[in-house]
Amino acid sequence: MNDPHLLTLTVNGTEEEVVVEPRRTLADVLRHDLRLTGTHVGCEHGVCGACTVLMDDAPVRACLVFAVQAEGADVRTVESLDTDGALSDLQQAFADHHSLQCGFCTPGFLMLAEGVLAESPDADREEIREGLSANLCRCTGYQTIVDAVHATACARRSQEVPS
Amino acid sequence: MTATDLPAPTEPRFEGRRGRWVGASIPRHEDPRLLTGRGRFVDDITLPGMLHAGFVRATVAHAHVTAIDLTATRVVDGVVAAYDARDLALGDIVALLDRPAEEFTPTAMPILAKDKVRFVGEPLAIVIARDPYAVEDGIEAAVVSYDVLDAVVDEETALRGSALVHDEAAGNVLLDVSMFDTPGVDEAFADADVTVEVTTRSGRQNALPLETRGVVASWDARDDQLLVQTCTQVPHQVRTLVARCLDVPERTVRVTVPDMGGGFGQKCVVGREEVAVAAVAQRLHRPVKWIEDRREALTAGFLAREQTYRTRAAFDADGHITALDVDVVCDMGAYSCYPFTAGIEPLMASAEMPSVYRVPAYRVRGRALTSNKAPTAPYRGVSRPQYVMAIERVMERAARELGLDAVEVRRRNVITEFPYTGVNAVTYDPGTYQESLDLAEATIRDEGWYALRDAGERHLGIGFCCFSERTGYGSEAFAKRKMTVVPGFDLSEIRMDTTGAVVVTSGTMNHGQSHETTFAQIVADRLGIDVARVKLRQGDTERIAYGWGTFASRSVTIGGSAVSLASERLGELLCRIAAHLLETRPDNVALDGDGGVVQLDDPSRRLSYEEIADVAYLRSHLLPKDVEPTLSATASFDVPGDGTFSNATHAVVVEADPGTGAVRILRYVCVEDCGVVIHPKVVDGQCRGGIAQGIAGALFEEVTYDGHGEPSAASFIDYLVPTATEIPDVSISHLETPCAFTENGAKGAGEGGTIGAPAAVLNAVNDALRHTGVELDTTPIHPRVVADALERP
Repeated sequence: MNDPHLLTLTVNGTEEEVVVEPRRTLADVLRHDLRLTGTHVGCEHGVCGACTVLMDDAPVRACLVFAVQAEGADVRTVESLDTDGALSDLQQAFADHHSLQCGFCTPGFLMLAEGVLAESPDADREEIREGLSANLCRCTGYQTIVDAVHATACARRSQEVPS
Repeated sequence: MTATDLPAPTEPRFEGRRGRWVGASIPRHEDPRLLTGRGRFVDDITLPGMLHAGFVRATVAHAHVTAIDLTATRVVDGVVAAYDARDLALGDIVALLDRPAEEFTPTAMPILAKDKVRFVGEPLAIVIARDPYAVEDGIEAAVVSYDVLDAVVDEETALRGSALVHDEAAGNVLLDVSMFDTPGVDEAFADADVTVEVTTRSGRQNALPLETRGVVASWDARDDQLLVQTCTQVPHQVRTLVARCLDVPERTVRVTVPDMGGGFGQKCVVGREEVAVAAVAQRLHRPVKWIEDRREALTAGFLAREQTYRTRAAFDADGHITALDVDVVCDMGAYSCYPFTAGIEPLMASAEMPSVYRVPAYRVRGRALTSNKAPTAPYRGVSRPQYVMAIERVMERAARELGLDAVEVRRRNVITEFPYTGVNAVTYDPGTYQESLDLAEATIRDEGWYALRDAGERHLGIGFCCFSERTGYGSEAFAKRKMTVVPGFDLSEIRMDTTGAVVVTSGTMNHGQSHETTFAQIVADRLGIDVARVKLRQGDTERIAYGWGTFASRSVTIGGSAVSLASERLGELLCRIAAHLLETRPDNVALDGDGGVVQLDDPSRRLSYEEIADVAYLRSHLLPKDVEPTLSATASFDVPGDGTFSNATHAVVVEADPGTGAVRILRYVCVEDCGVVIHPKVVDGQCRGGIAQGIAGALFEEVTYDGHGEPSAASFIDYLVPTATEIPDVSISHLETPCAFTENGAKGAGEGGTIGAPAAVLNAVNDALRHTGVELDTTPIHPRVVADALERP
């Protein structure tokens, strides 16, 4: 059962071919086969959320997904957020609010926040806090992370074109 | 109270804020790479031909090892090698105190356990394979045979001494020091109007950096050097210890540190795994990577905090404390850590226990016990969260017994005149002990929390904690502990290139504290250049002769002062060269604050740094005869005497749920004074993050063991790390008492939050339970205990 599989993944809009053992996690394939090391691994049992990526726009723990399960899905990692180094609105909000210290949990929080904002664009600050409670941060005490995501939500709402 | 026979702080260095960068919350230099996934953490490093390592670890807490059989491991598909202690033959890790045998028992921590294992998770063998999956397969195939011994799992079984963790440590005592027994203790208790006795306990905790430990070691034949890339707070200490354990010249070891995902003290001691991986890379002449998994981090990483304080205090009828008598017992686990030793916690507690209060008579005994649990490292705050909790509980208990308000009792005892030399022979530099207490209380009162609590409709409690924190531990202060390895100084080198840009080094080690930003602010102000032109380099033992890394909130006080001094010297050099080129006297020029040197009596005459650098490097024949080419300067800094103290008061409002016993924090106020604030948002972030960890210790996190020494929390399912819904928003107010003897007036800010939160939360919960007659003195506070209390008639 450890026979390698040839696998095609769509990561950040690019089709990638990798040869993996069935037991190889999506986190390991992203980090070590595709060298997308922005996705971090903090617990390997699905609690800390440092490895959170988007699969078809929904946040998932890349440590709990086998790479073979991601075939056919649209996978997005932290590397997809900036444009040639220019920060996205959410990344800039994290910088403005000092929402990161060591930065290890940050990619997971960014992808989780994108998922929360996509699913609940009208979320208020407490709903955002609830959504962000899926991931662990050991440095900030969370307050400034909640602030940054809330500010981004408000800014995105104010920029919406009324329908 | 100021003693005249003790050293007073040396002449003031702080001359007020300079320039335009210090004090501003500028964008962090670290952020762009960390936000875009372009940071480089240790597990992001991949080298050609790299192998992966893992450890066969003990499955029992205390046993003689009768056999380690790696035969099956070595034939597992993908496994390249497997070694036990006999194969590697490495020197032990030994951390010593220069104290007599009745006070300190030296013990050794082998890199790999050989004849005996002392905790579940102790490394016995290292397995090397082509990928981490094969490593796991190889570990699985190892067979270890044990002759199991009784486990030492608590103070009682330790002191009974029938089972010994280390044969040389009778009664399982590694350190037993009675640091103070000042005159008048017994008389004060005899004369006391009220005597209170409090036994406070804090559970074993994990500092829990979100990035686990890890190392990539590789042999460089050209440099004749072992490159050890590791996530450590103390790169030079790793270099020193790797060289000693491998018995090689220190020159042949280079330690570099990539981005670090936190440390909080867990990474300020040298791990045996770092040494083992380095040894294997040297042996195989191939790169080897080890990344600790979370189970290892929770069970076999360095832990912290498990301490008991039996405190007696005498008070007069007016609420003045007249004597303090304390017995401190710290469960340090299986081994003494390098370089601090098992003495670090009880010695710090003994030295600083009187905290922010005027205590006239003091007796203390501090003990470090060894047990069959994972060893401990000095976690953020070290013993201060515990001794502060002890004395803050004493203040509350005394207030209750005397029928006084607990804040008022603190006010009557808190140190108000500085410098103050305490009964503990420590001189405290100026702070805002009473002012922070007053402001915290006024904030809670003005917001109406007292009125809401007193309305009695909900189980509300208000708690305070007043404390100070020694942040600038110089070599004099550390030497008092009698460590044989004495941290204290730090070095800095600064270089300006031909474009006027600056690279500055520091022996401190950023792991989230924003040194790349704050140190750049300091340098930019000293030299009068844009902060974007300053790059800090840390974490490379080849770039700086020696350093003590980052712990004990020392970075801005000591490292920040060293970069200031180096910058100042570079400024003097720029002035000397400029004066020569301008053909004027050296005292007729000065830095102009805008990237140049100006002639004082004729400001139209000016040279930019680029123009001066052009001469210093590319046209050195134009330099003054007594100036050597290149633009660089070095400096060292050490904090004199007893160092400097930050301080704060925390005020907390909690609500206890009578059904579940859950404690919800409704309000958290922090009034802190860390001297001159270099970067306000960074200081706020340190406070909030520290408070979150303190709350974690007060309400949630604990590493427990069963009677056989088996740890019960091996995953985040059982080790309860608080999330965004458990940690409240925190309001922070800053008071500013500039430090007189650091270069920038700054005191450290790294640990304070963690120190204040446990006592403040515990006091608040007790206030919420005040009508029940139950008083809690143990953390973490279990919901069951709160619910039981509220159910009492």
